[in-house]
Amino acid sequence: MSDITETTELGDGYDQPNEAVAESVEHGEHTVDATPDDHPGEHWSDLKFVYLALGLAVITAVEVALSYMVDDLGPVFLPALLILMLVKFFAVVMYFMHLKFDNRLFSLMFYLGLGLAVTVYVIALLTFQFFNS
Amino acid sequence: MADAAVTDTAPEAHDAHGHDGHGAHVTSTGLSNNKLAMWIFLGSECLLFGGLISTYMLYRGRHSENLGPDQVWDIPFTSASSFVLLMSSLTMVLAVTAAQRKDDRNTRLWLTVTALLGSLFVAGQVYEFTTFYREGLGFTTSLFSSSFYTLTGFHGVHVSVGVIMLLATVGMILKNRIPGDKAEVVELVGLYWHFVDIVWILIFTLVYLIPA
Repeated sequence: MSDITETTELGDGYDQPNEAVAESVEHGEHTVDATPDDHPGEHWSDLKFVYLALGLAVITAVEVALSYMVDDLGPVFLPALLILMLVKFFAVVMYFMHLKFDNRLFSLMFYLGLGLAVTVYVIALLTFQFFNS
Repeated sequence: MADAAVTDTAPEAHDAHGHDGHGAHVTSTGLSNNKLAMWIFLGSECLLFGGLISTYMLYRGRHSENLGPDQVWDIPFTSASSFVLLMSSLTMVLAVTAAQRKDDRNTRLWLTVTALLGSLFVAGQVYEFTTFYREGLGFTTSLFSSSFYTLTGFHGVHVSVGVIMLLATVGMILKNRIPGDKAEVVELVGLYWHFVDIVWILIFTLVYLIPA
């Protein structure tokens, strides 16, 4: 039974999923030299990050514009604002924080905390009848 | 370089201290313990800010008639602050990619720009708090003001800590004091910084943009 230890990092510091390692062990190899080509789409150029940041800035501008149109939008206002907020939130988490491409264990740790927080505080707010007031 | 080793057959890949050839610790998960710890920490921070945001949501209507959110907010100013913090996330990610390219000069440059943008955000928050205080909204004026100052103050402290981390990282890179993987250290600081940004994304919408 071999004890498999791996430093699953690309040359540019990104952690990798473990399939390549498992496969190599199956084939009796001792090392895996993954290259950026092994995971296409994982490596964003600086320009792509700039575009994403500009997109987030535009969404922020839309949010601010919506906040001045509360009466015009009526019941659409709150869901629209919350959806835009969540789009921004997950765009930063997935791409700037690189969670979309990183090992799933990192996602699990973060989303466990996030899910627990949302669950606990929604229950707390329901207890205080916040959503009925 | 991805570097996977089967320890019982390739012991030469690691030194006596359990490091691989790149100075990274070999771990049972194959992942960086530092990075895992940072993500666990950020997950726990969700609970802290969740509590603060929920408390604010509960108390935002508890204020006197002339000193509520709708009277004191300066949306254009706060929007500019939000834009500054959002752009600091971009400069942070540029610092991380520069570090991964082993480009120390650009890493230091972008980290410094990020720290400056963070400082600008904190300065904006100090200005905002001062303005509110002059208008009569003190920390103990109402439940609304207490919960608002606590929430945004905690966030401001987090940003300030982030700025210190950024400047410390710049100094350590300058003096070549970072042991092991420099890119990972920059990435960890980046994760913290982006977290501070995502918390502000929530605060900006839930506190400032949704009318009380």
